Amino acid sequence: MFAVFLTSGLFLGWSLGANDAANVFGTAVGTRMISFKKAAIFCGIFVILGAVISGAGAAKTLGELGAVNAIAGAFVVALAAAITVYWLTILGYPVSTTQAIVGAIVGWDLFSGTLIDYGALEKIVLSWVISPVLAAIFSALLYKAIAHLIQHVKVHMFLLDSLTRAGLLLAGIAGAYSLGANNISNVVGIFVPISPFADVSFLGMFKLNGAQQLFFIGAVAIAVGTFTYGKKVMLTVGQGITEMSPVAALVAVLANAMILFLFASQDLQTFLLGHGLPAFPLVPVSSSQAIVGSVIGIGLVKGGRGIRWRLLGEISVAWMATPIVAVLISFVSLFILQNVFQQKTYIPVEYQVTAEAEQRIRAAGIRTDHLTDLQEKTYPNASQFQKALSQRAILNAREISVVMSATEIDPIALTIQAANRINNPSITADQKIAVLGLVGKAFTHRWQLEMALAEKSPEWKPIPGDKEQNDKIMLDLDYIYRLIRSTQ
Amino acid sequence: MAESILKKRIGIEKEIDEFLDQVSEAGLMCKNGMDAYLKGNMEAFAQCLTSIRNTEHKGDALRRSIEQDLYKKTLIPESRGDVMELLEDMDALLDRFTGLIWQFEIERPNICSEFHEDFKELLQYSIEAVEADVRSCRAFFKDITAVADHIHKVSFWEKESDKVSTRLQQAIFGRQDLRLSHKMHLRFFTKQVDRIADEAEDVADRLNIYVIKRTL
Repeated sequence: MFAVFLTSGLFLGWSLGANDAANVFGTAVGTRMISFKKAAIFCGIFVILGAVISGAGAAKTLGELGAVNAIAGAFVVALAAAITVYWLTILGYPVSTTQAIVGAIVGWDLFSGTLIDYGALEKIVLSWVISPVLAAIFSALLYKAIAHLIQHVKVHMFLLDSLTRAGLLLAGIAGAYSLGANNISNVVGIFVPISPFADVSFLGMFKLNGAQQLFFIGAVAIAVGTFTYGKKVMLTVGQGITEMSPVAALVAVLANAMILFLFASQDLQTFLLGHGLPAFPLVPVSSSQAIVGSVIGIGLVKGGRGIRWRLLGEISVAWMATPIVAVLISFVSLFILQNVFQQKTYIPVEYQVTAEAEQRIRAAGIRTDHLTDLQEKTYPNASQFQKALSQRAILNAREISVVMSATEIDPIALTIQAANRINNPSITADQKIAVLGLVGKAFTHRWQLEMALAEKSPEWKPIPGDKEQNDKIMLDLDYIYRLIRSTQ
Repeated sequence: MAESILKKRIGIEKEIDEFLDQVSEAGLMCKNGMDAYLKGNMEAFAQCLTSIRNTEHKGDALRRSIEQDLYKKTLIPESRGDVMELLEDMDALLDRFTGLIWQFEIERPNICSEFHEDFKELLQYSIEAVEADVRSCRAFFKDITAVADHIHKVSFWEKESDKVSTRLQQAIFGRQDLRLSHKMHLRFFTKQVDRIADEAEDVADRLNIYVIKRTL
C-alpha cells in the first residue's frame, strides 16, 4: 500500500521538476548559454544532493502535506496538486507547486470540515503581487548596475561570455540544490512516518537513513521531471516573455536568489535580529513568480517594448488558476476516493470542552463561563465547533486558536511498536527515552501528550523566546504523532 | 572546467586578433603590390602577389577555425550570427585586396604615369577605411563603447575615396588621346579600388547595428 500511496508523491515530484527547474535554469537555457541537456543533468544531480543532504533535516520534514491527517487523503492531495501543476506545465506556464499543494489542502479542509488556513491563502494572493514586483525592482536595479560596471571595466566579449556562462551554471547549481532541499519534504515528506526503509550503509563510508532514501527517490522523480518535460517552461521563462541577453539571464537568476534570500529566509532574519541588526521583513515570495518578475524588470529597463504582455496575462491567469483548480480537483477526488473506493481520506477530529480542556483554556487567561453549555456536546469537526463557539463568545484569533487546540479530541495511546519505529535523525536519544517512558499511556488531547513529554525530558520542553528550538520541538512532536497514528 | 573555459576563450580571442591582423596586412601588401606594379618592378609585384595569396589562405583558415569554435563550443550565442557575418565581411575585404592584385597580374592594365598618384591616393583611402573597420572590429570585441570612435572614420575615408575616384575618372575620360577601351579598362580598375572603401562602409553600417544589439 505504501508503494501505491507514494506514486502520487512521485508524480508531484515529477511535475515539480518539470515546472520549477525553469526558476533556476530557465533563463540560461532560454538564452542558449547552457544547453537543455546540460542544465537538466546539473539540475538533476544537485536536486538529488540538496534533497538527500539538506532536505532530511529538522525543518519542515513533513512538508505542507503534514496538515492532512490520513495517508489516503495525502495521496489525493498530492495527486490533485500534481495534476494541476502537470496541466499548467503542458501549457508551458511557470507556476508555484507550493501554491498548488496549499490549494489541494484547502480542498481537503473543505471536504473534511477542518478549518481552512486563511493565512496560507492570503500569503498566496500576496505572493502574486509581491514576488514579481519585488523581483522586477531588484532585477532592474541589478541590471543597471551590472551594465554600468561592464561598460567601465571593458570586458572582452569572450571573457564576458565565459564569466556569464560560469555564473549561470553556478547560480543554477545553487538554485537546484535549494530546490531539492526546500521542496523534497512537500513531495515525499508525508510518507516518512510510514516508510518501510531501513538504514543502509554504503561500504561503511556513508549511511542513508530511511527518510534520506525516501527523499532520494523523490528527488530522482524531480530530476526525471526536469529531464523529460522541463524544457517547455524553461523556454517560456527564458525566451517567451522577452528576448534576453546572457547577462540579463544571469541578472534574472541573481535577482531571484537575492529576494528569496533577503525576504523569505527565516534564518537570515533570525541571524540579523540576533546580532541587533535591522532585518528585512519576511514576505511571501514564490520563486516561480519571482523569476517572471525578474525577467519583466529587465524588459522594462530596456524600454518595455520587447515584453510580450499577452503571455504575461496568460501567466497571471495560470497563477490564479493554480490553487483554484487544485481545490476543485482535490475536493472531487476525495469525494470519489471516499465514496467509491471506500478509502479513509481523513480522520474525523472531534471537539469537546472536557474538564482538562477547560482548565487549559482558563490557564491561558481566557474566560470559560460562556463555554459551559458546550461541555456536554461533542462536535464532529472543527468547522461546526468554531461555529458554535462564535455564537457564544467573541474571541480574537489567538483566543480561538487556544480554545480550538485545547478542545481537540485526539485519543492517543502510545504503543511500543510506535516507539520502536522512531528513525528520524531529528529525534535525540533523550527524546526517544522520554517517548519510551510513556508507552502504555493514553491521552484524550494531543496537548496532554506534549505536556507529558515535556515533563519527561527538557528536550521536549519549549523554551520561551527560542523560536528555532520550539519549531524543532513542534516538528518532532508532529512526527511522533504521525508515527502513533500510522501504527494505530 | 574553469581552466578549459579560460583556454577556450584565450584561443578564440587570439585567433580573432590574428585574423584581423591578416586583413590589415593584406591592405599593406596590396599597397606594396600596386606601388611595385606602377614602378614596373614585376619581381617585387610577384612577391607581393605570393604574400597576399598566403595571407588570404591564412585568413580563410583562421575564419573557418573561429566559426567552427563559435559553433562547436556554443560561444556567444546571442551574437554568434552577427560575429560570423562580421568575420565574413572582413574576409570579403581581405579577398578584395587579393582580388585587386590578381587583376593587375591577369589584366596588366596600362596606367598612364599622370594617374599613378591618384591611384595610389585612392588605394590609400580604401586601406584607411578598412583599417578603421579593423579597429572598430577590435573595439567591438574588447570595448564596445569605443566602436563609435572608429566607425565614423570609415565614412570619412569612403567619402575621400569617392572624391578621388570621381576626379580620377574625369581625368581618364578627359584624355582625348586614349582609346575608349583603354579608358574603360582604367575606369574598371578605379572602380575596383573604390569599391573596397564602399564595402568597408557597408561593413561599418552593419557593425553599427551589431553594437546596438549588444548594448546592455
